[in-house]
Parts: sequence; C-alpha cells; structure tokens
Amino acid sequence: MVPFTYLEPASLDEALALLAEHGEDAKLIAGGTGLVNLMKQRLVRPDFVIGLRAIRALAGISEKDGLRIGALATIQSLEVSELVRRHAPLLAEACGHVATVRVRSMATLGGAMAHGDPNLDTPPALIAMDGQIVARTRRGERTIPVDRFFTGYFGTVLERDEIVTELLIPKQPAGSGTAFLKFLPATQDDYATVSVATRIALGADGTIREARVALGAAAMVPVRARMVEAALSGKASDEKTLGDAAPLVVDAIDPIADFRGSAEYKREMAVVHVRRALVEAAAKAKEAR
Amino acid sequence: MRTIKLTLNGTSVSREIEDNRLLVEFLREDMKLTGTKESCGVGVCGACTVLLDGTPISACLALAVHADGRAVTTIEGIADGDRLHPLQESFLRHGGFQCGICTPGQILAAKALLDANPHPTRAEIQHWMMGNLCRCTGYYKIIESIAAAAGAE
Repeated sequence: MVPFTYLEPASLDEALALLAEHGEDAKLIAGGTGLVNLMKQRLVRPDFVIGLRAIRALAGISEKDGLRIGALATIQSLEVSELVRRHAPLLAEACGHVATVRVRSMATLGGAMAHGDPNLDTPPALIAMDGQIVARTRRGERTIPVDRFFTGYFGTVLERDEIVTELLIPKQPAGSGTAFLKFLPATQDDYATVSVATRIALGADGTIREARVALGAAAMVPVRARMVEAALSGKASDEKTLGDAAPLVVDAIDPIADFRGSAEYKREMAVVHVRRALVEAAAKAKEAR
Repeated sequence: MRTIKLTLNGTSVSREIEDNRLLVEFLREDMKLTGTKESCGVGVCGACTVLLDGTPISACLALAVHADGRAVTTIEGIADGDRLHPLQESFLRHGGFQCGICTPGQILAAKALLDANPHPTRAEIQHWMMGNLCRCTGYYKIIESIAAAAGAE
C-alpha cells in the first residue's frame, strides 16, 4: 500500500478547502473499493487521501421533482431502497448486478461516477434515465448530464478541486418501461462483457415517443447509442422494429478485446443485448400504460 | 500516525495506526485476530469478510481509519463464550467447509444476511453469498448450512 496522509473533513466546505489546497496531490475516498485497489497496485500515489464519510450533506435519498441521491449513498442501499425501487427501478436493478454484497455495501454512487471506470453498471442506468451529476467547487455548483460526464478511460469532466455531491434522476416519463441486462459469460460477480440499460416511453397510440439506450463495458467511456434512439422515435414498438434498430449500436461502441471476449464478439453481444433490452423495456412500457 | 477507537467484537479498543493501514492488516497483525483471512487482496474472493456496523465488507479494501468510531465483528466475536453461533454449529453439522480458509468469511456474510432477513429463500441466499468463493466444497453444503441455520432460528 502506498503511503499517504489521511484527512477527514467534517463538512463539505472543509472538504472543498482541503481539495483546493492539495489539488493535484490529493484523492477523495468514499467507499474505497475503487481507490484502495488502485493504491494497492501503486497506479495512484496521492500524498493526501481525503475521506468524505463524515459529511452529512452528502448522505441521504429524497424525492423532489424526481430523486435526489446523496453522493455517499451506497450501491446496496440503492438496491433495496423503496424510494428508488418506486421512482427509478432501473437504478435499483443495475445496483443489484454490481459485484458482490460487500462491494455494494462499501461502494457509493458518487464514487462510481467520479471513478470513471467504463465497466461499471450504474453509469448506463443513470444515462438511460436522463440522470444528472451535481458537482461543487468553492467557486460554485454545476449540474452535468451523466452522458456528458465521462471523457475517456477513467476520465471525467471533474476539475481537480471539484466534488460530486448529488445524483439527480428526473421524474420518469409516463408510460415508460426500462430494462437492464448485464451479460456475464464467466462469473456473476464479474464486470460485464457488455451491459445495456434501456428506457422506452410509449405515446397514447402505442408508438415509441422516446427511447434511451446506454451501454457499459462497450467503449472507453459509458456510451449512449443515439442512433438507435433516433431510429426508434415515432416507430411501432413491435419486436421486428426494435430488432432492426439494435444493430445501429455498433457505430456507438468501440469495445476492447480482453479475457471477457474479443472486440468482435462484444460487438455482436451488444447488438443481441440491446435488442433484448429494448423488447423487455417495450413490454414493461405496455404494461405501464 | 493516528489513534482510532472502535468496538471490536463487543470490546472497546484504542490503537495507534499508520494512516494507510488496511483493516485486514490491523485485525491480523495489530490485534492478532487471524481468523480473518486475506486471499485475493482485491475484494473479489470474500475470505476477508468482516462486519462493519453489521454490514459485510472486504477488510482488504477497507482503510483501518474507516473503522474509527464504528463496530467491527470478526469470526472471533460471534460465539457466546463456549457456545458456538448457530451458523457455526450448522456449518459443522452440514459439512459446510473443507479446508476452512473461506469459512470465517462465509459465516460472517451469512450472519449479516440472517440478521437482516431471518428467513431468506434459497435464491436470496445464493444472491447474497455469490461473492464468497470456496475452492473445495462447491457451494451446495454452504447454502444448506445457511438454510438450516435460518430454519433453526
């Protein structure tokens, strides 16, 4: 384990001041499942580790024009939260697929965003729900759509002195259904070979009013497949139409070959799982109408 | 260096540690509680499972400073004197282990499940226990041990 000095601010203002002071030499820690592994492998060697666990302003889940989720909410708490299951079932479902109960109990939703790992399950779910990230510096606060948050492999738009404070999930459209599929050919606790989150909203006439398709483990960043979404807008929600749109996903992704599969295999699996996720979301949307 | 104060297996403990000390190192090396095993060291295998305020975590990924002010339960802390915990009895009775390296983690993970959900379905047991790996027995007898302990309570 690399050496570091641990600091534990009691408030967000104190944390922002410490981060502004130490900037380049500091890393924030919440659950630690991401950062501790990186530090044990000496891929990250911060002089200062700033622990966020004592900051009450970052905890809690509340309902107000949708859901506001404190950055420190654990993945496990979101999987079982009645509020989340009612207002954002897609997020609860994705959280249930994250690693193991230990990792879910330690890892936080804010941490999952700031970590920037494209293999995680929660970013595509948030993208498919039009989720937003609230981030704060001493200069002020901004709100960033999740689909514009990730810039590259383990890269985000966050500035050095910026802290993710909240995740916002707007009220989901009426008559919408969602699906989350995580393709795991090896073990249940693995990262996805490819993961897909979809949301389909149907109009009064049964045609698709709006579609959302997002993928994890399919590129250097979590991606949104806008071509698939556009191809479905205004169309019928039958299996043929959904299946015909699914192959368009290959233009949105750029998977890397690894022990979970070749790039070619992952592209094929992305098409298959986008189709299945669209069919499942459309079926749920029909039930919801 | 800093001093952490925690409740360890029901007893108040105060200790000076390095800032970068991991919880598994603190438990095994500083507190000599070697029932907690470290195997993969990257949070995957579950051998180092301990309970932090009743919640299962990987001690190999937790900073010891994050136990400050909280309650940690290890395998040494669940028997009542000479009387084994019902899960320990059940693992013995149903042969829920062979070499034993994964067993402390299995039992603590199962304890957290039964504390939250005393009568889980088999599917709930499997979903919860999925991250605790055993390379000897296969999982049938582990699941059986937990299901039997749940029935007994």
